[in-house]
Amino acid sequence: MSEPMTRPIPAPAVTLESKPFFDAAAEGRFLIKRCNACGEAHWYPRTICPICHSDDTVWEESPGEGVIYTYSVMHRSPTGPYAIGYVTLSEGPAMMTNFVDVAPDGLSIGMKVKVKFLPTEGGPPVPVFAPV
Amino acid sequence: MSIKGKAYVVGAYEHPTRDAPDKTTAQLHAESARGALADAGLTFDDVDGYFCAGDAPGFGAMSMVDYMGMRNVRHMDTTETGGSSYIVHLNHAAQAIAAGKCTVALITLAGRPRNGGNRPGPGGGGRPPAGLTDGAPEQGFESIYGGSTHNTYGMCAMRHMHEYGTTSEQLAWIKVAASHHAQWNEHAFLKNVVTVEDVLNSRMISDPLHLLDCCVVTDGGGAVVVTSPEVARSLKRPLVRLLGAAEAPKMQMGGKGLDLTHSGAVWSGPKAFEEAGVTPADIKYASIYDSFTITVLMQIEDLGFCKKGEGGKFVADGNLISGVGKLPFNTDGGGLCNNHPTNRGGITKIIEAVRQLRGEAHPKVQVPNCDLAIAHGTGGSLGVRHAAGTAIMEREA
Repeated sequence: MSEPMTRPIPAPAVTLESKPFFDAAAEGRFLIKRCNACGEAHWYPRTICPICHSDDTVWEESPGEGVIYTYSVMHRSPTGPYAIGYVTLSEGPAMMTNFVDVAPDGLSIGMKVKVKFLPTEGGPPVPVFAPV
Repeated sequence: MSIKGKAYVVGAYEHPTRDAPDKTTAQLHAESARGALADAGLTFDDVDGYFCAGDAPGFGAMSMVDYMGMRNVRHMDTTETGGSSYIVHLNHAAQAIAAGKCTVALITLAGRPRNGGNRPGPGGGGRPPAGLTDGAPEQGFESIYGGSTHNTYGMCAMRHMHEYGTTSEQLAWIKVAASHHAQWNEHAFLKNVVTVEDVLNSRMISDPLHLLDCCVVTDGGGAVVVTSPEVARSLKRPLVRLLGAAEAPKMQMGGKGLDLTHSGAVWSGPKAFEEAGVTPADIKYASIYDSFTITVLMQIEDLGFCKKGEGGKFVADGNLISGVGKLPFNTDGGGLCNNHPTNRGGITKIIEAVRQLRGEAHPKVQVPNCDLAIAHGTGGSLGVRHAAGTAIMEREA
Protein backbone atom coordinates (compact mmCIF):
# COMPACT_ATOMS: atom_id res chain seq x y z
CA MET A 1 0.00 0.00 0.00
CA SER A 2 1.42 3.36 -0.97
CA GLU A 3 1.61 6.45 1.22
CA PRO A 4 -1.38 8.78 1.68
CA MET A 5 -1.18 11.68 -0.73
CA THR A 6 -0.59 15.30 0.07
CA ARG A 7 1.16 18.05 -1.85
CA PRO A 8 2.87 21.41 -1.30
CA ILE A 9 0.40 24.09 -2.39
CA PRO A 10 1.42 27.52 -3.64
CA ALA A 11 -0.19 30.65 -2.22
CA PRO A 12 -3.53 31.32 -3.90
CA ALA A 13 -4.08 34.54 -5.87
CA VAL A 14 -6.49 36.47 -3.62
CA THR A 15 -8.69 39.21 -5.08
CA LEU A 16 -11.03 41.74 -3.50
CA GLU A 17 -13.91 39.40 -4.33
CA SER A 18 -12.29 36.30 -2.85
CA LYS A 19 -10.70 37.88 0.24
CA PRO A 20 -13.64 37.04 2.58
CA PHE A 21 -13.33 33.39 1.53
CA PHE A 22 -9.63 33.18 2.33
CA ASP A 23 -10.00 35.21 5.54
CA ALA A 24 -12.55 32.61 6.70
CA ALA A 25 -10.28 29.80 5.50
CA ALA A 26 -7.58 31.16 7.83
CA GLU A 27 -10.06 30.54 10.65
CA GLY A 28 -10.86 27.04 9.38
CA ARG A 29 -14.29 28.02 8.05
CA PHE A 30 -15.43 27.00 4.55
CA LEU A 31 -17.61 29.58 2.80
CA ILE A 32 -19.64 29.36 -0.36
CA LYS A 33 -21.70 32.02 -2.11
CA ARG A 34 -25.48 31.82 -2.39
CA CYS A 35 -27.80 34.08 -4.34
CA ASN A 36 -30.81 35.51 -2.50
CA ALA A 37 -32.63 36.12 -5.79
CA CYS A 38 -32.57 32.59 -7.25
CA GLY A 39 -31.62 30.67 -4.10
CA GLU A 40 -28.80 28.79 -5.85
CA ALA A 41 -25.33 28.26 -4.41
CA HIS A 42 -22.46 28.64 -6.86
CA TRP A 43 -18.70 28.02 -7.12
CA TYR A 44 -16.20 29.73 -7.48
CA PRO A 45 -17.62 32.64 -5.41
CA ARG A 46 -18.59 35.79 -7.33
CA THR A 47 -20.24 39.11 -6.55
CA ILE A 48 -22.78 38.70 -9.33
CA CYS A 49 -24.63 35.36 -9.44
CA PRO A 50 -23.45 33.39 -12.52
CA ILE A 51 -26.80 31.61 -12.66
CA CYS A 52 -29.38 34.45 -12.53
CA HIS A 53 -27.06 37.50 -12.66
CA SER A 54 -28.44 39.19 -9.55
CA ASP A 55 -25.94 41.07 -7.40
CA ASP A 56 -27.74 39.97 -4.22
CA THR A 57 -25.24 37.26 -3.32
CA VAL A 58 -24.21 36.39 0.24
CA TRP A 59 -21.53 34.31 1.94
CA GLU A 60 -22.73 31.15 3.65
CA GLU A 61 -20.78 28.82 5.91
CA SER A 62 -20.79 25.26 4.59
CA PRO A 63 -19.88 21.99 6.33
CA GLY A 64 -17.88 21.23 3.17
CA GLU A 65 -19.34 17.80 2.52
CA GLY A 66 -19.80 16.19 -0.85
CA VAL A 67 -19.00 13.32 -3.19
CA ILE A 68 -16.23 12.86 -5.75
CA TYR A 69 -17.50 13.69 -9.26
CA THR A 70 -14.21 12.72 -10.89
CA TYR A 71 -10.48 12.66 -10.19
CA SER A 72 -7.10 11.91 -11.71
CA VAL A 73 -3.93 10.94 -9.88
CA MET A 74 -0.95 12.74 -11.37
CA HIS A 75 2.12 10.51 -11.32
CA ARG A 76 4.45 12.89 -13.16
CA SER A 77 5.27 14.99 -10.13
CA PRO A 78 8.60 15.65 -8.38
CA THR A 79 6.85 15.81 -4.99
CA GLY A 80 5.05 12.48 -5.39
CA PRO A 81 1.67 11.55 -6.82
CA TYR A 82 -1.25 13.86 -6.12
CA ALA A 83 -4.95 13.78 -6.92
CA ILE A 84 -6.88 16.56 -8.59
CA GLY A 85 -10.62 16.28 -8.97
CA TYR A 86 -14.04 17.77 -8.59
CA VAL A 87 -16.30 17.44 -5.56
CA THR A 88 -20.05 17.90 -5.90
CA LEU A 89 -20.90 19.75 -2.69
CA SER A 90 -24.09 18.87 -0.82
CA GLU A 91 -25.27 22.43 -1.58
CA GLY A 92 -25.13 21.64 -5.30
CA PRO A 93 -22.15 23.16 -7.05
CA ALA A 94 -19.07 21.23 -8.13
CA MET A 95 -15.62 22.56 -7.25
CA MET A 96 -12.06 21.71 -8.24
CA THR A 97 -9.83 20.46 -5.44
CA ASN A 98 -7.09 18.07 -4.34
CA PHE A 99 -7.81 14.85 -2.49
CA VAL A 100 -5.51 14.14 0.46
CA ASP A 101 -5.01 11.59 3.26
CA VAL A 102 -5.76 8.77 0.84
CA ALA A 103 -3.52 6.42 -1.13
CA PRO A 104 -3.23 6.96 -4.90
CA ASP A 105 -5.29 3.83 -5.52
CA GLY A 106 -7.83 4.62 -2.79
CA LEU A 107 -10.14 7.01 -4.63
CA SER A 108 -13.37 6.30 -6.47
CA ILE A 109 -16.12 8.33 -8.11
CA GLY A 110 -19.04 8.78 -5.71
CA MET A 111 -16.85 8.50 -2.59
CA LYS A 112 -17.95 10.74 0.31
CA VAL A 113 -15.43 13.43 1.21
CA LYS A 114 -15.16 16.36 3.59
CA VAL A 115 -13.24 19.61 3.44
CA LYS A 116 -10.07 20.33 5.35
CA PHE A 117 -7.60 23.17 4.97
CA LEU A 118 -3.98 22.82 3.96
CA PRO A 119 -1.42 25.54 4.61
CA THR A 120 0.15 27.15 1.54
CA GLU A 121 3.57 28.54 0.82
CA GLY A 122 3.26 32.09 2.15
CA GLY A 123 -0.49 32.53 1.67
CA PRO A 124 -3.79 31.68 3.33
CA PRO A 125 -4.79 28.01 3.67
CA VAL A 126 -6.85 26.45 0.88
CA PRO A 127 -9.63 23.85 0.89
CA VAL A 128 -8.81 20.25 0.01
CA PHE A 129 -10.91 17.15 0.61
CA ALA A 130 -10.33 13.85 2.36
CA PRO A 131 -12.46 10.69 2.44
CA VAL A 132 -14.91 10.66 5.34
CA MET B 1 -21.63 41.21 -48.34
CA SER B 2 -21.51 44.52 -46.53
CA ILE B 3 -22.41 45.26 -42.92
CA LYS B 4 -24.33 48.32 -44.08
CA GLY B 5 -27.71 48.32 -42.36
CA LYS B 6 -27.16 44.84 -40.92
CA ALA B 7 -26.52 45.73 -37.26
CA TYR B 8 -27.86 48.16 -34.65
CA VAL B 9 -26.47 49.36 -31.31
CA VAL B 10 -29.30 48.84 -28.81
CA GLY B 11 -27.60 49.10 -25.42
CA ALA B 12 -24.87 51.35 -24.06
CA TYR B 13 -23.68 51.89 -20.49
CA GLU B 14 -20.80 53.80 -18.99
CA HIS B 15 -19.86 52.54 -15.54
CA PRO B 16 -20.25 55.46 -13.08
CA THR B 17 -17.09 54.72 -11.11
CA ARG B 18 -13.87 56.65 -11.62
CA ASP B 19 -12.01 55.05 -8.73
CA ALA B 20 -12.77 51.45 -7.77
CA PRO B 21 -10.70 50.40 -4.75
CA ASP B 22 -13.37 47.89 -3.70
CA LYS B 23 -14.17 46.03 -6.92
CA THR B 24 -12.27 43.61 -9.15
CA THR B 25 -11.74 44.19 -12.85
CA ALA B 26 -13.87 41.14 -13.63
CA GLN B 27 -16.63 42.65 -11.52
CA LEU B 28 -16.45 45.95 -13.42
CA HIS B 29 -16.81 44.02 -16.70
CA ALA B 30 -19.87 42.25 -15.33
CA GLU B 31 -21.44 45.41 -13.90
CA SER B 32 -20.87 47.22 -17.19
CA ALA B 33 -22.43 44.30 -19.05
CA ARG B 34 -25.47 44.33 -16.75
CA GLY B 35 -25.87 48.05 -17.37
CA ALA B 36 -25.72 47.78 -21.14
CA LEU B 37 -28.07 44.80 -21.25
CA ALA B 38 -30.53 46.55 -18.94
CA ASP B 39 -30.37 49.63 -21.16
CA ALA B 40 -31.28 47.43 -24.12
CA GLY B 41 -34.01 45.55 -22.26
CA LEU B 42 -32.11 42.29 -22.76
CA THR B 43 -30.60 39.70 -20.38
CA PHE B 44 -27.34 37.77 -20.20
CA ASP B 45 -29.18 34.76 -21.59
CA ASP B 46 -29.91 36.73 -24.78
CA VAL B 47 -26.20 37.23 -25.46
CA ASP B 48 -24.78 34.82 -28.04
CA GLY B 49 -21.75 36.84 -29.10
CA TYR B 50 -19.08 38.15 -26.71
CA PHE B 51 -16.25 40.56 -27.49
CA CYS B 52 -13.41 41.65 -25.19
CA ALA B 53 -9.80 42.78 -25.49
CA GLY B 54 -6.62 42.57 -23.46
CA ASP B 55 -8.11 44.34 -20.45
CA ALA B 56 -10.27 41.29 -19.70
CA PRO B 57 -8.56 39.33 -16.91
CA GLY B 58 -7.62 35.72 -17.33
CA PHE B 59 -8.06 33.64 -20.45
CA GLY B 60 -9.88 36.31 -22.47
CA ALA B 61 -13.43 35.47 -23.42
CA MET B 62 -13.26 32.06 -21.73
CA SER B 63 -12.63 33.50 -18.27
CA MET B 64 -15.14 36.30 -18.74
CA VAL B 65 -17.96 34.25 -20.25
CA ASP B 66 -17.63 31.82 -17.35
CA TYR B 67 -17.37 34.57 -14.74
CA MET B 68 -20.48 36.29 -16.07
CA GLY B 69 -22.39 33.03 -16.46
CA MET B 70 -23.29 33.52 -20.12
CA ARG B 71 -24.79 30.19 -21.11
CA ASN B 72 -25.56 30.87 -24.76
CA VAL B 73 -22.43 32.38 -26.27
CA ARG B 74 -21.69 30.87 -29.69
CA HIS B 75 -19.36 33.52 -31.09
CA MET B 76 -16.30 35.14 -29.52
CA ASP B 77 -13.70 37.69 -30.52
CA THR B 78 -10.78 38.86 -28.41
CA THR B 79 -9.07 41.03 -31.00
CA GLU B 80 -6.60 43.28 -29.17
CA THR B 81 -5.68 46.63 -30.71
CA GLY B 82 -5.27 48.68 -27.55
CA GLY B 83 -7.74 51.50 -27.00
CA SER B 84 -9.38 51.07 -30.41
CA SER B 85 -10.24 47.43 -29.71
CA TYR B 86 -13.89 48.12 -28.95
CA ILE B 87 -14.49 50.03 -32.18
CA VAL B 88 -12.85 47.17 -34.05
CA HIS B 89 -15.16 44.86 -32.09
CA LEU B 90 -18.16 46.88 -33.25
CA ASN B 91 -17.13 46.15 -36.83
CA HIS B 92 -16.51 42.47 -36.08
CA ALA B 93 -19.81 42.20 -34.20
CA ALA B 94 -21.67 43.66 -37.17
CA GLN B 95 -19.91 41.18 -39.49
CA ALA B 96 -20.84 38.30 -37.21
CA ILE B 97 -24.48 39.43 -37.01
CA ALA B 98 -24.67 39.97 -40.78
CA ALA B 99 -23.24 36.50 -41.31
CA GLY B 100 -25.68 34.90 -38.89
CA LYS B 101 -22.97 33.86 -36.42
CA CYS B 102 -24.71 35.65 -33.53
CA THR B 103 -27.70 37.93 -32.97
CA VAL B 104 -26.93 39.72 -29.69
CA ALA B 105 -23.31 40.81 -29.28
CA LEU B 106 -21.90 42.14 -26.00
CA ILE B 107 -18.69 44.20 -25.96
CA THR B 108 -17.12 44.99 -22.57
CA LEU B 109 -14.15 46.98 -21.27
CA ALA B 110 -13.00 47.53 -17.70
CA GLY B 111 -9.88 48.16 -15.68
CA ARG B 112 -8.53 49.70 -12.45
CA PRO B 113 -5.24 51.48 -13.15
CA ARG B 114 -5.76 53.74 -10.11
CA ASN B 115 -5.89 50.67 -7.89
CA GLY B 116 -3.19 48.42 -9.27
CA GLY B 117 -5.41 46.53 -11.65
CA ASN B 118 -3.68 43.75 -13.52
CA ARG B 119 -2.94 45.90 -16.52
CA PRO B 120 -2.22 49.39 -15.21
CA GLY B 121 -1.49 51.79 -18.04
CA PRO B 122 0.88 54.73 -18.00
CA GLY B 123 -0.38 57.43 -15.66
CA GLY B 124 -1.82 54.92 -13.21
CA GLY B 125 0.69 54.02 -10.61
CA GLY B 126 -1.71 52.77 -7.96
CA ARG B 127 -0.84 49.58 -6.17
CA PRO B 128 -3.18 46.79 -5.14
CA PRO B 129 -3.76 46.31 -1.41
CA ALA B 130 -1.06 44.12 0.11
CA GLY B 131 -1.48 40.47 -0.75
CA LEU B 132 -4.26 41.01 -3.27
CA THR B 133 -4.21 40.55 -7.04
CA ASP B 134 -6.68 41.49 -9.75
CA GLY B 135 -6.08 38.74 -12.27
CA ALA B 136 -8.22 35.89 -13.55
CA PRO B 137 -11.18 35.58 -11.17
CA GLU B 138 -10.95 31.77 -11.11
CA GLN B 139 -7.21 31.63 -10.49
CA GLY B 140 -7.22 31.50 -6.68
CA PHE B 141 -9.67 28.62 -6.74
CA GLU B 142 -8.03 26.54 -9.47
CA SER B 143 -4.32 27.04 -10.12
CA ILE B 144 -3.47 26.04 -6.54
CA TYR B 145 -4.52 22.45 -7.22
CA GLY B 146 -1.77 21.56 -9.67
CA GLY B 147 -4.02 21.26 -12.70
CA SER B 148 -2.16 20.52 -15.92
CA THR B 149 -3.44 19.40 -19.27
CA HIS B 150 -2.62 15.79 -18.33
CA ASN B 151 -4.64 15.57 -15.15
CA THR B 152 -7.55 17.81 -16.17
CA TYR B 153 -8.05 15.68 -19.31
CA GLY B 154 -7.48 12.64 -17.11
CA MET B 155 -10.48 13.73 -15.05
CA CYS B 156 -12.62 13.76 -18.22
CA ALA B 157 -11.45 10.29 -19.21
CA MET B 158 -12.11 8.97 -15.68
CA ARG B 159 -15.69 10.29 -15.71
CA HIS B 160 -16.32 9.09 -19.28
CA MET B 161 -15.20 5.60 -18.29
CA HIS B 162 -17.45 5.75 -15.22
CA GLU B 163 -20.56 6.81 -17.13
CA TYR B 164 -20.12 4.92 -20.39
CA GLY B 165 -17.77 2.03 -19.70
CA THR B 166 -15.12 3.40 -22.05
CA THR B 167 -11.85 1.46 -21.70
CA SER B 168 -8.14 2.24 -21.91
CA GLU B 169 -7.92 -0.26 -24.79
CA GLN B 170 -10.45 1.76 -26.76
CA LEU B 171 -8.58 5.02 -26.09
CA ALA B 172 -5.33 3.31 -27.13
CA TRP B 173 -6.78 2.61 -30.61
CA ILE B 174 -6.76 6.38 -31.23
CA LYS B 175 -2.99 6.54 -30.71
CA VAL B 176 -2.53 3.40 -32.78
CA ALA B 177 -4.40 4.98 -35.70
CA ALA B 178 -2.38 8.21 -35.46
CA SER B 179 0.87 6.22 -35.43
CA HIS B 180 -0.16 4.28 -38.54
CA HIS B 181 -0.48 7.63 -40.31
CA ALA B 182 2.67 9.19 -38.83
CA GLN B 183 4.92 6.45 -40.21
CA TRP B 184 4.48 7.98 -43.68
CA ASN B 185 5.16 11.56 -42.57
CA GLU B 186 8.87 12.31 -42.89
CA HIS B 187 8.52 15.30 -40.55
CA ALA B 188 6.59 13.45 -37.83
CA PHE B 189 8.08 13.74 -34.34
CA LEU B 190 7.19 10.09 -33.64
CA LYS B 191 7.26 7.81 -36.69
CA ASN B 192 7.05 4.41 -35.02
CA VAL B 193 3.87 2.38 -35.36
CA VAL B 194 2.54 1.41 -31.94
CA THR B 195 0.08 -1.22 -30.76
CA VAL B 196 -2.69 -1.14 -28.18
CA GLU B 197 -0.35 -3.05 -25.86
CA ASP B 198 2.38 -0.45 -26.34
CA VAL B 199 -0.03 2.27 -25.19
CA LEU B 200 -1.29 0.28 -22.21
CA ASN B 201 2.25 -0.65 -21.19
CA SER B 202 3.56 2.90 -21.37
CA ARG B 203 3.89 4.52 -17.96
CA MET B 204 0.90 6.08 -16.27
CA ILE B 205 1.04 9.87 -16.44
CA SER B 206 -2.27 10.85 -14.84
CA ASP B 207 -5.01 8.26 -14.33
CA PRO B 208 -6.25 6.89 -16.64
CA LEU B 209 -4.00 8.46 -19.28
CA HIS B 210 -0.71 6.73 -20.15
CA LEU B 211 2.30 8.38 -21.74
CA LEU B 212 1.16 7.26 -25.18
CA ASP B 213 -2.32 8.72 -24.61
CA CYS B 214 -0.62 12.13 -24.70
CA CYS B 215 0.37 14.31 -27.64
CA VAL B 216 3.91 15.30 -28.47
CA VAL B 217 5.51 18.58 -27.39
CA THR B 218 7.07 20.29 -30.40
CA ASP B 219 8.44 23.60 -31.58
CA GLY B 220 7.16 24.79 -34.91
CA GLY B 221 4.45 26.76 -36.57
CA GLY B 222 1.97 27.00 -39.42
CA ALA B 223 -0.09 29.50 -41.34
CA VAL B 224 -3.19 29.62 -43.49
CA VAL B 225 -4.32 32.14 -46.10
CA VAL B 226 -8.01 32.76 -46.77
CA THR B 227 -9.37 34.89 -49.62
CA SER B 228 -12.43 35.75 -51.72
CA PRO B 229 -13.86 33.44 -54.40
CA GLU B 230 -12.65 35.84 -57.10
CA VAL B 231 -9.05 35.86 -55.89
CA ALA B 232 -9.11 32.11 -55.22
CA ARG B 233 -10.16 31.41 -58.82
CA SER B 234 -7.37 33.65 -60.14
CA LEU B 235 -4.75 31.49 -58.39
CA LYS B 236 -3.33 28.17 -59.50
CA ARG B 237 -4.18 26.04 -56.47
CA PRO B 238 -7.03 23.54 -55.99
CA LEU B 239 -10.13 25.30 -54.68
CA VAL B 240 -10.91 24.53 -51.05
CA ARG B 241 -14.09 26.27 -49.98
CA LEU B 242 -15.26 26.90 -46.45
CA LEU B 243 -18.83 25.65 -46.15
CA GLY B 244 -19.60 26.20 -42.50
CA ALA B 245 -17.92 27.17 -39.26
CA ALA B 246 -18.99 27.64 -35.68
CA GLU B 247 -17.60 28.02 -32.19
CA ALA B 248 -18.70 27.64 -28.60
CA PRO B 249 -17.17 28.04 -25.18
CA LYS B 250 -17.87 25.44 -22.51
CA MET B 251 -17.78 26.70 -18.96
CA GLN B 252 -18.36 25.51 -15.42
CA MET B 253 -21.24 27.96 -15.00
CA GLY B 254 -21.05 28.34 -11.25
CA GLY B 255 -20.43 24.62 -10.82
CA LYS B 256 -24.09 23.84 -11.44
CA GLY B 257 -24.56 20.58 -13.33
CA LEU B 258 -20.87 20.13 -14.15
CA ASP B 259 -20.56 17.54 -16.94
CA LEU B 260 -17.03 16.67 -18.05
CA THR B 261 -18.15 13.98 -20.49
CA HIS B 262 -18.94 16.39 -23.30
CA SER B 263 -17.17 19.27 -25.01
CA GLY B 264 -18.23 22.51 -26.66
CA ALA B 265 -18.47 20.51 -29.90
CA VAL B 266 -22.05 19.64 -28.93
CA TRP B 267 -22.88 23.25 -29.83
CA SER B 268 -20.28 24.19 -32.45
CA GLY B 269 -20.67 20.94 -34.43
CA PRO B 270 -24.40 21.08 -35.21
CA LYS B 271 -24.17 24.80 -36.03
CA ALA B 272 -21.31 24.24 -38.48
CA PHE B 273 -23.02 21.23 -40.08
CA GLU B 274 -26.25 23.20 -40.44
CA GLU B 275 -24.49 26.10 -42.13
CA ALA B 276 -22.60 23.72 -44.42
CA GLY B 277 -25.76 21.82 -45.29
CA VAL B 278 -24.08 18.46 -44.74
CA THR B 279 -24.14 15.76 -42.06
CA PRO B 280 -21.40 13.83 -40.24
CA ALA B 281 -22.11 10.85 -42.50
CA ASP B 282 -21.05 12.94 -45.52
CA ILE B 283 -17.56 13.69 -44.12
CA LYS B 284 -14.71 11.90 -45.94
CA TYR B 285 -11.85 13.07 -43.72
CA ALA B 286 -11.72 14.47 -40.18
CA SER B 287 -9.00 16.52 -38.50
CA ILE B 288 -9.88 16.11 -34.82
CA TYR B 289 -7.90 17.86 -32.10
CA ASP B 290 -5.81 15.24 -30.37
CA SER B 291 -4.08 16.69 -27.34
CA PHE B 292 -4.94 13.37 -25.73
CA THR B 293 -6.75 10.26 -26.87
CA ILE B 294 -9.80 11.18 -24.76
CA THR B 295 -10.00 14.54 -26.55
CA VAL B 296 -10.57 12.73 -29.85
CA LEU B 297 -13.10 10.31 -28.43
CA MET B 298 -15.27 12.98 -26.82
CA GLN B 299 -15.20 15.26 -29.85
CA ILE B 300 -16.11 12.43 -32.24
CA GLU B 301 -19.18 11.74 -30.12
CA ASP B 302 -20.07 15.40 -29.73
CA LEU B 303 -19.74 16.13 -33.46
CA GLY B 304 -22.25 13.36 -34.13
CA PHE B 305 -20.04 10.71 -35.77
CA CYS B 306 -21.54 8.28 -33.27
CA LYS B 307 -23.94 8.37 -30.32
CA LYS B 308 -22.84 9.83 -26.98
CA GLY B 309 -21.07 7.16 -24.99
CA GLU B 310 -20.34 4.96 -28.01
CA GLY B 311 -17.09 6.66 -28.95
CA GLY B 312 -15.06 3.83 -27.45
CA LYS B 313 -16.61 1.24 -29.76
CA PHE B 314 -16.42 3.66 -32.70
CA VAL B 315 -12.66 4.29 -32.49
CA ALA B 316 -11.66 0.67 -31.81
CA ASP B 317 -10.28 -1.82 -34.32
CA GLY B 318 -8.69 0.74 -36.60
CA ASN B 319 -11.84 2.65 -37.52
CA LEU B 320 -9.85 5.90 -37.66
CA ILE B 321 -7.07 4.51 -39.91
CA SER B 322 -7.08 5.74 -43.49
CA GLY B 323 -7.82 2.89 -45.89
CA VAL B 324 -9.01 0.66 -43.05
CA GLY B 325 -11.78 2.39 -41.11
CA LYS B 326 -14.86 4.47 -41.77
CA LEU B 327 -13.52 7.79 -40.48
CA PRO B 328 -9.93 8.53 -41.54
CA PHE B 329 -8.59 11.06 -39.03
CA ASN B 330 -5.39 13.08 -38.58
CA THR B 331 -3.58 11.51 -41.51
CA ASP B 332 -0.48 13.61 -40.80
CA GLY B 333 -0.09 11.68 -37.54
CA GLY B 334 -1.84 14.45 -35.63
CA GLY B 335 -0.76 15.97 -32.37
CA LEU B 336 -0.42 12.48 -30.92
CA CYS B 337 2.51 11.59 -33.19
CA ASN B 338 3.35 14.29 -35.71
CA ASN B 339 3.23 17.83 -34.37
CA HIS B 340 1.61 19.99 -31.70
CA PRO B 341 3.48 23.25 -32.23
CA THR B 342 3.73 25.36 -29.08
CA ASN B 343 0.99 23.22 -27.53
CA ARG B 344 -1.57 24.64 -29.95
CA GLY B 345 -2.74 22.16 -32.53
CA GLY B 346 -5.53 24.05 -34.29
CA ILE B 347 -3.63 25.19 -37.34
CA THR B 348 -2.19 21.77 -38.16
CA LYS B 349 -5.77 20.49 -38.12
CA ILE B 350 -6.70 22.92 -40.89
CA ILE B 351 -3.50 22.23 -42.84
CA GLU B 352 -3.97 18.45 -43.07
CA ALA B 353 -7.64 18.88 -44.02
CA VAL B 354 -6.54 21.18 -46.86
CA ARG B 355 -3.93 18.61 -47.98
CA GLN B 356 -6.61 15.93 -48.07
CA LEU B 357 -9.06 18.08 -50.02
CA ARG B 358 -6.34 19.00 -52.52
CA GLY B 359 -5.32 15.36 -52.89
CA GLU B 360 -1.88 16.31 -51.59
CA ALA B 361 -1.73 14.11 -48.49
CA HIS B 362 0.82 11.28 -48.49
CA PRO B 363 -0.34 8.64 -51.02
CA LYS B 364 -0.38 5.99 -48.28
CA VAL B 365 -2.97 7.98 -46.29
CA GLN B 366 -4.75 10.03 -48.97
CA VAL B 367 -8.50 9.46 -48.80
CA PRO B 368 -9.79 8.66 -52.31
CA ASN B 369 -11.99 11.39 -53.80
CA CYS B 370 -11.78 13.43 -50.62
CA ASP B 371 -14.18 16.26 -51.34
CA LEU B 372 -15.53 17.03 -47.86
CA ALA B 373 -13.54 17.44 -44.65
CA ILE B 374 -13.93 18.74 -41.12
CA ALA B 375 -11.35 20.40 -38.90
CA HIS B 376 -12.31 20.59 -35.26
CA GLY B 377 -10.43 21.80 -32.21
CA THR B 378 -10.64 22.34 -28.47
CA GLY B 379 -8.64 25.10 -26.80
CA GLY B 380 -8.14 25.60 -23.09
CA SER B 381 -8.84 22.50 -21.03
CA LEU B 382 -11.58 19.97 -21.60
CA GLY B 383 -11.63 19.44 -17.85
CA VAL B 384 -11.84 23.08 -16.74
CA ARG B 385 -13.06 25.54 -19.37
CA HIS B 386 -12.47 25.50 -23.08
CA ALA B 387 -13.65 26.75 -26.45
CA ALA B 388 -14.52 24.55 -29.40
CA GLY B 389 -14.06 25.54 -33.04
CA THR B 390 -15.46 23.61 -36.01
CA ALA B 391 -14.82 24.23 -39.72
CA ILE B 392 -16.26 22.24 -42.63
CA MET B 393 -14.51 22.55 -45.99
CA GLU B 394 -15.10 21.12 -49.45
CA ARG B 395 -13.11 20.77 -52.63
CA GLU B 396 -14.71 22.67 -55.46
CA ALA B 397 -14.68 20.71 -58.68
